[in-house]
Order: sequence, then C-alpha cells, then structure tokens
Amino acid sequence: MQLPATLFDRLWDRHVVSSRADGLSLLWIDRHFVHEGSHHAFGQIAARGVPVARPDLTFGVADHYVPTRGRDGPVPDPSIARMVAQLGANTAAHHITLFGLDDRRQGIVHVTGTEQGLTLPGLTVVCGDSHTSTHGAFGAYAFGIGASEVAHVLATQTLWQKKPKRMRVSVEGQTAPGITAKDIMLTVIAAIGADGAAGHAIEYAGSAIRALSMEGRMTLCNMSIEAGGRCGMVAPDATSIAYLKGRPFAPEGALWDLALADWADLASDADAVFDREVSFAAAAIAPTVTWGISPEQALPIDAHVPDPDRISDPIKAAAARDALDYMGLSPGQALQSVAIDRVFIGSCTNARIEDLRAAAQILAGRKAVVPGLVSPGSSLVKRQAEEEGLARIFTEAGLDWVESGCSMCVGMNGDMVPAGERCASTTNRNFKGRQGPGARTHLMSPAMAAAAAVNGRLTDVRRFG
Amino acid sequence: MKPFTCDTAAMLKLPVANIDTDQLIPARFMKEPRQPEGYGRFLLHDLAAEGTAPAPRAGQTILVARRNFGCGSSREAAVYALADFGFRAVIAPTFGDIFASNCVKNGVVPAMVSEEDAERLLDTADLPVTVDLAAQTIACGNVVVPFAIDPVWQTQLLNGWDDIDLTLAEGDAIAAFTARDAGARPWAAPRRR
Repeated sequence: MQLPATLFDRLWDRHVVSSRADGLSLLWIDRHFVHEGSHHAFGQIAARGVPVARPDLTFGVADHYVPTRGRDGPVPDPSIARMVAQLGANTAAHHITLFGLDDRRQGIVHVTGTEQGLTLPGLTVVCGDSHTSTHGAFGAYAFGIGASEVAHVLATQTLWQKKPKRMRVSVEGQTAPGITAKDIMLTVIAAIGADGAAGHAIEYAGSAIRALSMEGRMTLCNMSIEAGGRCGMVAPDATSIAYLKGRPFAPEGALWDLALADWADLASDADAVFDREVSFAAAAIAPTVTWGISPEQALPIDAHVPDPDRISDPIKAAAARDALDYMGLSPGQALQSVAIDRVFIGSCTNARIEDLRAAAQILAGRKAVVPGLVSPGSSLVKRQAEEEGLARIFTEAGLDWVESGCSMCVGMNGDMVPAGERCASTTNRNFKGRQGPGARTHLMSPAMAAAAAVNGRLTDVRRFG
Repeated sequence: MKPFTCDTAAMLKLPVANIDTDQLIPARFMKEPRQPEGYGRFLLHDLAAEGTAPAPRAGQTILVARRNFGCGSSREAAVYALADFGFRAVIAPTFGDIFASNCVKNGVVPAMVSEEDAERLLDTADLPVTVDLAAQTIACGNVVVPFAIDPVWQTQLLNGWDDIDLTLAEGDAIAAFTARDAGARPWAAPRRR
C-alpha cells in the first residue's frame, strides 16, 4: 500500500534523478528562466568552459533593469545597456529563446513565463529570482535560486536539493467583496511572520483558495517567499486547465490529453500529513496594508499602527520603533490618516490583467491627487489593457502609463520613489530602501492603491462600493 | 571553493531583525561588475549611512544578527558583498533559505543559534570570536554557544567542495532519468521554440 502523499511529495518524487546517503537529492529541472541579472552565472560556466546543457528548457527575459520609457530608442544608462546587451549575447551564444526588449512578449519573467504557457502543473521551475515561487500557482515546484545555482542548472539542468518540510495554509469560506489574494497573503504573513514558513514548501488549500483566479493564485504564491517559504503551490484544477489551454508553449492535441491525465494525480491525499498546518477564516480577512518595513508588519486598513511603548518584549518594541521612525509614522496613528505621495501599480505580484482591471474600476471617472506609475506585468498585458480601455482610465486619472518591467518595485532601472516619500504600492516588499534610498512603501492590493491615489491617503476600498 | 574549518576574528554585531539582501547590497550597486574591485565596498551601505547598523570594519570576518537574516531577494551579490569584504561566517537565529544556500556556495558558514544565544553574542565585549565548524561552537571570551548547520552543508564547507564537479560525475544517472522521463512525461517539453 502506498503511504498518503502531499502534492509536494508527488512533485518531488517525479524529479529525483539520484539520491545521496547524506539526504541530498539531485532534481531534474523542467524550466529555467534567466534575466539580465544572470550574467554572473553565465560568467561562471564560461570560466569552466562548459556549455548550457539544455537550451531548449532555458528561456531568457529582459525585465529587472529595463527602462519603462523611451523603449523605441537606445537604453540611455550605459551600465543597463551593457547588461541588456550581455543577456542578448549570452542567450544567442547558447541558442536560448529570448523575450528581449524588442519582443512583443517581453515582460516580467513571472508574468511572461506563465502567460506563454511555459509553466505547467507538475513541472520544476527555477530562476535566479526569489519570486519564482509565483509559478507554483499552477501546481509546479517553483523556487528562486542564487547565481551559483543558476550556473549549476545551466551546466547540468539539475540541482542538488534537500527536501523541504511540508506546510499547508488553508483558507476556508468566502471572502467579503473587494478582498483579494493580496489581502489574504498579507494576513497570512502578518500571522505567521516573515520567517514563518522558513524551510517549508507551502501548499495553499481551502475553498477561498479554490475560488481564486489564476491571477489571484499567482499573487498568493508570489509572496510565499515573504513568509520565508521555499515555494508555494496550489493543486491544479479546472481553473488552471482553462487558463493553460491554447497557450503558445503549452502542449496540444494528444500531448494535451496525456498532460491532463497526468495532472489529475497532482493533489494531496485526504489523509496526507503536513509538518505544519495553519488555517484562516476567509470571512474575517479585511483589506490589508503594511505599515512597517517587513511584510509581516501588516494590519487591516481600519486599524491603528502599534505603539512601541505598549509592546512588552523589548526586542519587538525596538523593531516597531525603528519601523515607525523609518516610515515617519506616530505610535497609534490611524492607518487611514496616513497621507501618501505617490502610487505604483506594477510588479510580478500585482500587474496582470485582472489587477489592472481592479485598479481601473476604482479610478474610472476619478482623478488621482498624487502622481503615480502604472507598469503592466508584460507587454502583452499592456496591449490587452489598451484594447480594453484601461490604459485610458489610468492616463485620464493622471497616472503615467509606461512599459513593462520590474520598474519601481525594486528601482534597479531608475524608477524610484524619492527619499522620504511615501508610496502606496502593489508590490511585494516594503523593506527599507527597496523602492529607492529612504523610500517608504505601503503594500496593498491594486484596488487599494487606486483608492489611495484618489484620496491621497491610505483608504478603505470598501468605501468605494 | 576555500574550505572552512575554524576562524578567529573580530565580529560585526547587528542587533537588527529581518536584514534583507537589499540591505546587504542595495540593488543600484549591482549594475557594476563584481570584478576587479569586488562588492565588499557596498556591504550594508545604506543601513550604515542611516546609522541603524555599524559599518563593517576591516578585519571583521564574523557577523551576528537577529532573526530572518538575509531574507528577501535571491541575489547572490549579497553574499558576494559579505565574502568580498572578508566575512567567513554569519550567525543568526534564522536565515532566508536562499541566502543560506548562497552562503554555502561561497564558503560562508550560516551558523544558526537560539534567539537567547544571539542576544548573548550581541552583548559580548569586543573580543575576538572563534567559529569552529567541526565542533559547531562559537566562543567569545567566556561565552561559548553551540550552533546548528545542515550536516550536508557542514561537510561541503569543511571540504570546500564544488557542486558542479559532483554533478557532472552523475552523467549516467541524468541520462537514465531523461530517457525514462521522455516516455513518462512527453507533454512536459515546451511545445514550440
């Protein structure tokens, strides 16, 4: 008799090439995405003189450093121009498919890769980017790796891994209207902590998760890393299959049927045992925003920021004091009284078409009272949003509609929040300096960011009806 | 990779939790090539400028911080910044998973201690600290604390082993896997190039 298995166990077992007595397994990698930042790894394999083992399973995307304006001309910043050119040269030399700056499919790797149907249930997916966990939304084992591991995958199409522990995060019931995957995930991270899932593979389950669209599931899995998780995943179902059917790189015909038969097995057994289980009631989740400098410092929008003097643990009190000081907030301040200086709608977390629709719904017929940037998750999302009339809503509201890239989420391309300014952002990290030196970030859903743009302060989107 | 057995040196104390890889090396510096100058000059750049953390000093090769050290971005440049400055060991109650793995690839020891022991180390006088990887102990004056590390990583660090060499020796196993897998999962190949 077979022991009950989790979805993660099944994904793991299918990819073990060999196992060592010390507990490490050599895993086969089905998809490997590289970007401009992967130049260290290409340098490592060049230094060894080894070729790319499987260019057919490797895909390049220009996203981290790319400019979001003036894309018709040359890249103005010489170091960025060099990195983009280097990605082009490295992928060409190794015969790797590239979604480069001039490709209509270009976008953020975790948006482009999934919308092209490159990510499928049951696959292992890696990339030198921590938000690779996004691809787990399809029931794939997807995780971020460092440059040495990128070099290892380039050279061998495998990775040595120690099996993580298994954790299930269940969200049962129905969320209130206006509550998104972002609110669910910020609530989870606030509850378990930014290292709450360290060393674990997370499976998201429960009726509220099943009810999410693929876009919502990607937002959820994307932020698994912000809870410390090695990866996050949702078992494939009719929603994932409907999303994938007909995508350019997804199987078709007889291979599609074989895939469906295979994917039917990708679920946790009812009696499967997890190393850790946490559960949440969907109905209790409110629109949630971060107030501090770690994603775990998140609260419902109708709450007040903490008062460090009322925190008994001296280390936690000091951390709260440091966060309030950096964020320029007073102890006990009502979140809805916090005035913002700008908004950013973008990133691999929340810049898919559904996200742009949600933000546009709030902004339609209204004006933003602060400046803001909207950077779609991919160039295809950009075109679709223009066709749907969303782009016009953003520009008529006074926001800048720009090209696709990592942009102001990480500031590598020069799209930065000026020092001391406060940004309502649909991104994933509110770390000190993440959006620029001295920048203050509040994380929230696209609709909440849009509402903040209209009111000029953090706002409860439920008041917009 | 340079093997690590035991190191005695000055320790940088960072009494801060959740120091992420963006703070170890701010993103804007990564456009620069790592060679020839190294990334050590960017280590903790903004945190030190803001006064939240002391700037690293020459001669320090061991670092202690509070929980969730190295969370966030997978950028291995965070470890390059540490290694290029000269750091050989980082001590904290918990680490970002990817960061810890990146440390091992670069010969830096991620030593996990209890929260209480991290506080004891943060409270020590400025004396030389000894990290003994085989014995899994950290000693500073009369404070001696144990640390945890994955045994696989411990062996790898003690020997200075490199992963790619080990894997290229697995060629037969990889060939057997791909032959088997092509039959079992023909749908898994990307449809078109």
